[in-house]
Amino acid sequence: MPSSVPAEVPGAPAVPDLALPRRSGLSLMVSELRVLFGRRRTWALLLALAAIPILIAVAVRLSSSVPAGRGPAFLDRITQNGLFVAFTAMLVSVPLFLPLTVGVVAGDTIAGEANMGTLRYLLVAPAGRVRLLLVKYAAALTFCIAAPLTVAAAGAAAGAALFPVGPVTLLSGDVIQPGEAGLRMLLIAAYLAVSLAGLSAIGLFLSTLTVVPVGAMAATVVVSVVSQVADQLPQLEWLHPWLFSHYWLGFGDMLRQPVLWDAFGRNALLQTGYIAVFGALAYARFTTRDVLS
Amino acid sequence: MNPGSRPDTGNAALTIETRGLTKRFGHQLAVDAVDLAVPPGSVFGFLGPNGSGKTTTIRMLLGLAAATSGTVNLLGMDMPGRFQEVLPRVGALVEGPAFYPFLSGSANLHRLDAAGRHTVPATRRARVDAALERVGLAHAARKRVHAYSLGMKQRLGIANALLSHRDLLVLDEPTNGLDPQGTREVRHLVRSLARNGTTVFVSSHLLPEVEQMCTHAAVMRAGRLVAQGSLAELRRAGSTRARILTPDAGDARKVLLHLGLEPADAAAQAEGGVLVADLDGSIPAEDLVAHLVAAGVRVRGFTVERESLEDRFVALTGEGFDVAQ
Repeated sequence: MPSSVPAEVPGAPAVPDLALPRRSGLSLMVSELRVLFGRRRTWALLLALAAIPILIAVAVRLSSSVPAGRGPAFLDRITQNGLFVAFTAMLVSVPLFLPLTVGVVAGDTIAGEANMGTLRYLLVAPAGRVRLLLVKYAAALTFCIAAPLTVAAAGAAAGAALFPVGPVTLLSGDVIQPGEAGLRMLLIAAYLAVSLAGLSAIGLFLSTLTVVPVGAMAATVVVSVVSQVADQLPQLEWLHPWLFSHYWLGFGDMLRQPVLWDAFGRNALLQTGYIAVFGALAYARFTTRDVLS
Repeated sequence: MNPGSRPDTGNAALTIETRGLTKRFGHQLAVDAVDLAVPPGSVFGFLGPNGSGKTTTIRMLLGLAAATSGTVNLLGMDMPGRFQEVLPRVGALVEGPAFYPFLSGSANLHRLDAAGRHTVPATRRARVDAALERVGLAHAARKRVHAYSLGMKQRLGIANALLSHRDLLVLDEPTNGLDPQGTREVRHLVRSLARNGTTVFVSSHLLPEVEQMCTHAAVMRAGRLVAQGSLAELRRAGSTRARILTPDAGDARKVLLHLGLEPADAAAQAEGGVLVADLDGSIPAEDLVAHLVAAGVRVRGFTVERESLEDRFVALTGEGFDVAQ
């Protein structure tokens, strides 16, 4: 604060240029992604996900042989074709590991900012509450895309490093080349990203309820577990098609020739419904809430 | 000065104007029917003990919390209705600085600047650097905020408020955590900003701080605005009293009573009795001596004591460490 410094900040317009066309959320979106993916915690989550296929590959490599039909699906095929490490890892990470990491990111969205106190400064900037909510959700979705991709990429890499890679036999019996198998992996990653979109919306809503991010994270993970447990109870069969986790394991259809899109479509529709409902709840809560942290 | 009265600047021109601003948390009235009137170009001290509702008021001014009732007008526009037009022109430090500990000071400012919808990305780097330079943090710009001291965070918070040209700065306890040198720098900074036409609204629980940098002040107590006006007006509002040292205390008393004053005895001194009387403004203090002398009262000493702003502040807010209920 020395007095020699000129009073006017150079480069600053004399008045904020309100004549400028209203800008999109792009500037904030870029900043949000930088903060999310510049954070050590995010990298730790992605590294933990990458560790799953590596662990599987190493374990299979070290054991003499896996009896056919035991362990997770595809596990017995890994020794013949390393690409199955990726498929196995994606299957294994669906029930817990992916929802866990997504819960951390989605639960942190608003509550994390409130906890640090930066929420009040973002709002005074002014970021706009709706814009901030949209940007936060978009960033959480980006993580939903990055997470399964990480599992797939680490799985393909670990599989290729430890096992032979060759043509892949699909569930329908057709054989495809490794290149096309890579495309199928991307397709499954996309399926999982869509699957996690509803859970992210729930996490976003829970995150607007509290200033304790850990609470919102844990609640989101618990919700995902409860949904999966409910999906297992025959007594609740009427409820099953409405559970956001109902189609989570339905990506086997991505491994048929031709690809069956039914599950993908139904899953996308269901997730859209969850996004609409919990997005609306988050909107209603966040736009009226007093920011006192 | 009465809480409700306003400086005669014309209401349309007020930089901050609240009417009946009230915030209720459950059964507790945190802010109770506050009518603030902050004239443009002023350095306005917002005084009050801890817990008197200052920060809650500031949160409502900035649209962070919704008022239970009452209205807020900032820069002539309704808040929070027109926050998109108002807030880009307002720099704020609210309840202490808050930053992403894992980002550098510079990256934090970039982030908060990018959050504003109307900020110009092309000038962002220059504006961030200038703001850091201005609060003396240029050397620590690349350091993570995690490693900042409280004083450095406070400076960074002020830098954030200065990222763009502002018509109004709202600084909540800006010298918290600063050493004497930093406190002095903040004072200089506030003055230089005010010279350039920025209205500065500073909350504080420290009267000396307000006396040193403000032109106007308002005093909060337990959620209510108990005084407001220019510092001169606030000083004038305090009582003045005459202290008379005389060997003829009895005669003096009669004269004073005759003039409509209420003299009281104070501790007598060797030279004679001492009388003390509150002056209500009906008689100029200098005429008092003339009246006494005309009545044959010998006067050895005569002083007019004006209540200091501190006495006034204590009278308004109560003394001691009691946090307002």
